[in-house]
Amino acid sequence: MKRHAFLFSFGMVFIVFQACEHFEPVAPAENALLDGPVEGLSPAENIRFLKGDVAFNDDVFTASNGLGPLFVATTCGTCHPGDGKGHPFTTLTRFGQYDGTGNQYAHLGGPQLQHRALPGFAPEVLPDNVGFSKLTPPANTGLGFLDAVRDADIMAWADPNDNDGDGISGVPNWIVMKEYITARDGTIEHEGKYIGRFGKKAAAYDLHQQTAQAYNEDIGITSTYEPMDTHSGLLIDPEITDQTIHDVVFYLKTLKAPIPRAAHRDEIISGKAVFEQIGCAKCHRSEMKTGDSPIAAIANKTFHPYTDLLLHDMGADLDDGYTEGSATTSEWRTPALWGLGLSKFSQGGDYFLLHDGRAKSIDEAILWHGGEAANARAQYKSLTSTEKNKLIQFLESL
Amino acid sequence: MKKMYMISIMVLLSFTTIAQIDATLLKRVTQDTVAMKLNMDAVYNRPFLTMAKIPVALGGYVEANWQHLGTDGISEGHQFQMRRLTLFVASSIYKRIKFLSEIEFEDGTKEINIEFASVDIEFHPLFNLRGGIVMNPIGSFNQNHDGPKWEFIDRPISATQMLPATWSNVGFGVFGKLYRKEWVYAYEMYLTNGFDDQIVSNEENKTFLPASKKNPDRFEESFNGVPLVTAKVALGKRQVGEVGVSYMGGVYNKFQDDGLVIDKKRRVHVFALDFSTTLPFLSTWLNAEAAWVKVDVPNTYSQHYGRNQMGAFVDLVQPVFKGTVFGFERSVLNVALRTEYVDWNKSRFEETGTHIREDVLAVVPGLSWRPTAQTVIRLNYRYQWQTDLFGNPASKTAGFQIGFSSYF
Ligand code: HEC
Ligand code: HEC
Repeated sequence: MKRHAFLFSFGMVFIVFQACEHFEPVAPAENALLDGPVEGLSPAENIRFLKGDVAFNDDVFTASNGLGPLFVATTCGTCHPGDGKGHPFTTLTRFGQYDGTGNQYAHLGGPQLQHRALPGFAPEVLPDNVGFSKLTPPANTGLGFLDAVRDADIMAWADPNDNDGDGISGVPNWIVMKEYITARDGTIEHEGKYIGRFGKKAAAYDLHQQTAQAYNEDIGITSTYEPMDTHSGLLIDPEITDQTIHDVVFYLKTLKAPIPRAAHRDEIISGKAVFEQIGCAKCHRSEMKTGDSPIAAIANKTFHPYTDLLLHDMGADLDDGYTEGSATTSEWRTPALWGLGLSKFSQGGDYFLLHDGRAKSIDEAILWHGGEAANARAQYKSLTSTEKNKLIQFLESL
Repeated sequence: MKKMYMISIMVLLSFTTIAQIDATLLKRVTQDTVAMKLNMDAVYNRPFLTMAKIPVALGGYVEANWQHLGTDGISEGHQFQMRRLTLFVASSIYKRIKFLSEIEFEDGTKEINIEFASVDIEFHPLFNLRGGIVMNPIGSFNQNHDGPKWEFIDRPISATQMLPATWSNVGFGVFGKLYRKEWVYAYEMYLTNGFDDQIVSNEENKTFLPASKKNPDRFEESFNGVPLVTAKVALGKRQVGEVGVSYMGGVYNKFQDDGLVIDKKRRVHVFALDFSTTLPFLSTWLNAEAAWVKVDVPNTYSQHYGRNQMGAFVDLVQPVFKGTVFGFERSVLNVALRTEYVDWNKSRFEETGTHIREDVLAVVPGLSWRPTAQTVIRLNYRYQWQTDLFGNPASKTAGFQIGFSSYF
């Protein structure tokens, strides 16, 4: 008996110690995840990435470390789960600007509605009869690549007067540069304004501006960059360090680009051909290059985001009567389509596409296209169902 | 690799050294096994040591383990953990006046808590007064949480991550018991200090009752001056088991400060049901606890912080061998299974009308060997699915744990 018991317990312990890792859940495939760093970071860069990751995903704001008093959510990661698109619960509302003359409702809490508040405080309410847009959080993947594209390239894709006569006239959003932003090398200025590239209206110059504003307007956290408390309108002490902002910016810059799945399958290759044929790729540009970057892993790289970083008039159906920068109310920046197929795994199992999440499927998103994209939509509608199917499979593989 | 063999041998050696303590120096107080014990008796129903004629009894338990857990392909590697060391001191002050204290060191000395420190005065079996730091009788685990009593290394998630076990507070109350043949009826009721607003403002980013344990002032002052009421009734039948129904509730927020109104009074309510029994024929032991939490979260605050929560665990323990192993004549080998579930946010999104998730489900099969009733060596395998607020694909955690827990 004793010997059996001894052998049995020794055996159990031995097996468990030897084989423990085989009994743990395996990692999802790399191309099934949006989060994770770009390949080729140095150990020092990995350390910075991890610090930014913690600040982005794990630092939860509460009343005791600065949340609010007015806010929309309590962490960056709530709205961008797994660095993917957000759920309608985290959709935010902006209001009060109709044209290039700026926001007319700053005195009533514009541009962003903070519709949640700490206990005891009253959240903002949307003023009557004001134009507003609802904005569903986009994915944050591959942004470092988009950030490192040269202004000159973006200008080269623009065609404000539609000189090529294809009905598509992309324009950059000319924005006022925040005083705390350091301009990129070779940045292009136009009447004192600069090219914006982040956000649904491309109203943020770079990831630093996007991050400082997100802390401030989405979470109610002031910084030396954005020191105004959204509740009192007063300039107050920073509630977050400059270092944390830089770490988060570094994290956003070094998030990997989404990796396509099954790109070599026949249907997907022919789906891609359809995409190009019917003119989708005129706005959703498949290929571009980065310029120089202090981060070697993203410098001078070719990548495939399916955007042109330009604004397009999308027609009356997508015109909410709200805008930012020099964009008109019906203009939206072409969203990158990379990672599209993984959207539903961060949006709770369903698609919520387009700027406000109104489209519940890729097909529906395409059918909302109008304005400059009316022609592409018409061509899409005339596709056979097999062709449509292949196109959608291609988009889901991104 | 060599390390592995060393560790395995050490673990095995530790099995045998337990037998070498010279037990003749100290006298073990045998527990009263005739009267029927309920969860509420757990604080006294422990092995104590007494020395010569000193009227003080000492006791305690220790828990330590190794584990190797991984989440979605990222392994934490080998972890050795000293989960807790708990010391009890009990004394009979006079006839029916007793004192008991329990001091717990968690994770080394990261947390040192007085779990219990109270004086009990018995006026009548149906009417006892208890005052000091008491364990609020919500569910069964909170009062009956000693490591050596359980076949699992981890405490139940619903008891510690939804209910705040171990949850004790300063206060006073009454309890009593009535024996009728095979039956025992019991009640307890206490007024204590309670929760604070950290339950809806914490780094867990969800309604989280245990967050209030972080308030270092809670043994000295109430957060809002409103007592927390905890009450429980239990019913036991000899050879069969016990059921308990309990409630805990009070105001958790600060509604006025310095005489000025800063919010309305917001309440938290907790209901719990506990049940344990030994099933006939196979002597399978079944132990379960379920609890519901309701919190008045302001409408204009975030739905992130749930208004309703539900959690439960069910443990099944099946003795498969009783007899002599390594010279321990009355050792018992059990197979065990825990199933546990917590939903921290039971409601629907205002935006979509779909269910808010924020839940966890775990199954934990295990083997435990008790060389004596007071000591348990356990091997657990945990598999756990954790789902975020939105219901995105669950993150999976799994792995082995080996550890021991023993009274001393
Ligand atoms: C309340 C939800 C919410 C929170 C919290 C939030 N975001 Fe966002 N985020 C959005 C929305 C909505 C947009 C689109 C905004 C726009 O169009 O200007 C966005 C856009 C972005 C973008 C631009 C992406 C692109 O493709 O142009 C970045 C980068 C970003 N957020 C980073 C952050 C960081 C960093 C934080 C934390 C400090 C954060 N976000 C917190 C909702 C949120
Ligand atoms: C004129 C430029 C243009 C053309 C052509 C165009 N798109 Fe778009 N697309 C956009 C813009 C701008 C949006 C964002 C509109 C919004 O958010 O309201 C968009 C949104 C989308 C979305 C939703 C993406 C998301 O993340 O929510 C999909 C999918 C899409 N387009 C696919 C296509 C396909 C397929 C075609 C070809 C049939 C096409 N687009 C043609 C500009 C264009």
